[in-house]
Amino acid sequence: MRAGRARRVLILLAAVLVLGGVALGAVLHAAGRAADEGRERAGAPRVRPGAVVLGAAGRGVFRNMAWGPHRDEIVSVDARDPAGPRTASGVRCLRFHAAGGTAVCLRSVRRGLRDTYRAVVLDARLRERGRYELAGVPSRVRVAPGGRVAAWTVFVNGDAYAGGSFSTRTSVLDVRSGALDRNIETYRFVLDGRPRRPADLNVWGVTFADDDRFYATAATGGRTYLVAGDRATRTLRSVHANVECPSLSPDGTRVAYKKRVAGPSSDAPWRLYVLDLRSGRETATAERRSVDDQAVWRDPRTLVYSLPGDYGSDLWTVPADGSGAPRVLTEAALAPVFGP
Amino acid sequence: MYLADGRTPPPRAAAPAGRHGRRGAAIPATVLALGTVSLVTDVSSEMVTAVLPLYLVSGLGLSPLGFGLLDGVYNGVGALVRLAGGRVADRGGHKAVAAAGYGLSALCKPLLLLAHTLPLIGAVLAADRTGKGLRTAPRDALISLASEPAARGRAFGAHRAMDTAGALLGPVAAFLLLRAAAGGYDAVFTVSGCVAALGVLVLLLFVPARPSPGGASAGAGAPAPAPRTPVRALLRRPAVRRLTVCAVLLGLTTVSDSFLYLTLQRRLDLSESWFPLLPLGTSGVFLALALPLGALADRTGRRRLFLCGHAALLGAYALLLAPCGTSPALAGAVLALHGCFYAATDGVLAAATADAVPEEARGSGLAVVQTGQAAARFACSLAFGAAWTAWGDRTALGAAAAGLAVSTLAGAVLLRPGRAR
Repeated sequence: MRAGRARRVLILLAAVLVLGGVALGAVLHAAGRAADEGRERAGAPRVRPGAVVLGAAGRGVFRNMAWGPHRDEIVSVDARDPAGPRTASGVRCLRFHAAGGTAVCLRSVRRGLRDTYRAVVLDARLRERGRYELAGVPSRVRVAPGGRVAAWTVFVNGDAYAGGSFSTRTSVLDVRSGALDRNIETYRFVLDGRPRRPADLNVWGVTFADDDRFYATAATGGRTYLVAGDRATRTLRSVHANVECPSLSPDGTRVAYKKRVAGPSSDAPWRLYVLDLRSGRETATAERRSVDDQAVWRDPRTLVYSLPGDYGSDLWTVPADGSGAPRVLTEAALAPVFGP
Repeated sequence: MYLADGRTPPPRAAAPAGRHGRRGAAIPATVLALGTVSLVTDVSSEMVTAVLPLYLVSGLGLSPLGFGLLDGVYNGVGALVRLAGGRVADRGGHKAVAAAGYGLSALCKPLLLLAHTLPLIGAVLAADRTGKGLRTAPRDALISLASEPAARGRAFGAHRAMDTAGALLGPVAAFLLLRAAAGGYDAVFTVSGCVAALGVLVLLLFVPARPSPGGASAGAGAPAPAPRTPVRALLRRPAVRRLTVCAVLLGLTTVSDSFLYLTLQRRLDLSESWFPLLPLGTSGVFLALALPLGALADRTGRRRLFLCGHAALLGAYALLLAPCGTSPALAGAVLALHGCFYAATDGVLAAATADAVPEEARGSGLAVVQTGQAAARFACSLAFGAAWTAWGDRTALGAAAAGLAVSTLAGAVLLRPGRAR
């Protein structure tokens, strides 16, 4: 209060100018970087527009992460040469999965002042067949083998100040009828043989066996479980502990998953494991780095998964039986699907 | 799928500051300055809160689950920080402690640029909340000292309205920035830091160290050393004790916002895209009514209005429990009552506390009552989560409603006008 009023106003004005300059600089810098990501970078995978058809023999599809005009588009590649030239579909997705001639694409939608998220059902030529609004940021999506059922998981954040809590919401869609089970946490939950109804239940990462039966992760009380789900009886039954983001093998006998292990980093605590559903035996894969992805089976012996890379994500592959060594499948890619 | 809600006072906001009350007296300049500080600071912090989940998931590729694990521990520490903030402020100066709290939170914003792992981000957010805990009681003490005792409700109402306006503007600002620069989370954090620094500067430049209702500083000289008034001595004052007991009792039966919105969503089977908008309904009503209800409190009695606010909350519970269809109007009515509840209780409790606490212990007194309320609400969150698990959401809410009815009646007895002091 010692400084006079005029002087205080002047100090404030000066501060507004300086702080405003810093803020403006930060925004311009970020905007310039965003513009850079729209330009192709030397050495990046070659991407050309073209027709993408699901289920085409010898083709694989995924989300292209390479900078340039086709960033985030679903592209197809020769399955024998996944690192080769990419054909871009023009369809942008954050998460993507396809089976039986049906694809589900989770994307962000600009709306007014905020982005919202939408699940879009696509046919084999990636034409839109249905759309469903999402409650939060997309995390996982899977289509059942026949292409008649799909499930997705989004992150929903609470309004707790300073980001206290997050939770997941998993929905299951009957593609033909359009009937949507918005939150499968309402299914009956059976933990170690006993029915339970925890308020802190979270379910995520569905993987389908067929139209009715699926596996997923359920979490309660700070622990995660592999649950066997059934759409007909609306139940989730725990079958194994410490399993996240399961992925059922094509023959339905094994589940590839993220296992939380004690380690130096509480941020990156997961190892890629395979569980034999009949014997309950766990096998660690040769991948020693932390994997935060719902892996896919390229064939009955091989897993494909994402690891952070220069463009956000690269695809890696490793044998499912614990042998061999991980190697790069292709750079700048996410959410792969390989044809039969 | 519930969210344990650690936040104490709900969405805060700001409001139409220029309007004069019925008795014509303007809102004191110091209160407007403090309202501006809160508005600016809430723009800054809500910017970060709004983009944080997106940043963690899309920007850093982290899985945010399990992020809330330290919440319980932090709530305990937060309570201690808040008590300490009030106490230290009474001895060392409210403005200095408030400035330290705002400053700490402002420093945390650029630190988010450097923290790329969950434990580090968690630590930065914890420091941010420490700043918030530190500054709340001294700031409210400054508001109470700057306003005429008879018009305190209105002053607090004006402040809460400005505070809530900031909270509503923050997310808008953040999303505008992300429009200008896709993926520009670093820009959001930098701008948030600049805005927060501006808030601290407004506090330092335009809020006197020892405000008085008359205007500028009371007695330009050195602040009179405050006599020591331990918390125990404060609680020996019957008026303070009754208010604290009342705030705790009512806090124990105040279901957290997250649970209320979740119940509402389940009850009406609201679509996903509506869910994030529910808190805006509460904030909007809070913003619109904070000032008028604060003024009403000055005329009809602050403690009475405080209880009426809880009656409004009880009405919201009743609507959620009653078999009255699933019309969207029900959501509107519930959110309106919820907003009324905040407008009639948040600033009004601070004003009522200021009445009961002598000037030299104002910060400590405010901190004691607010901490009691916050701790009680957190306990309620835990209990409500357990009840939800055991009995389901309707029974849990029914139990909370019964508890709230009993607490409100008990409050009416404890705070009845005859027992003023």
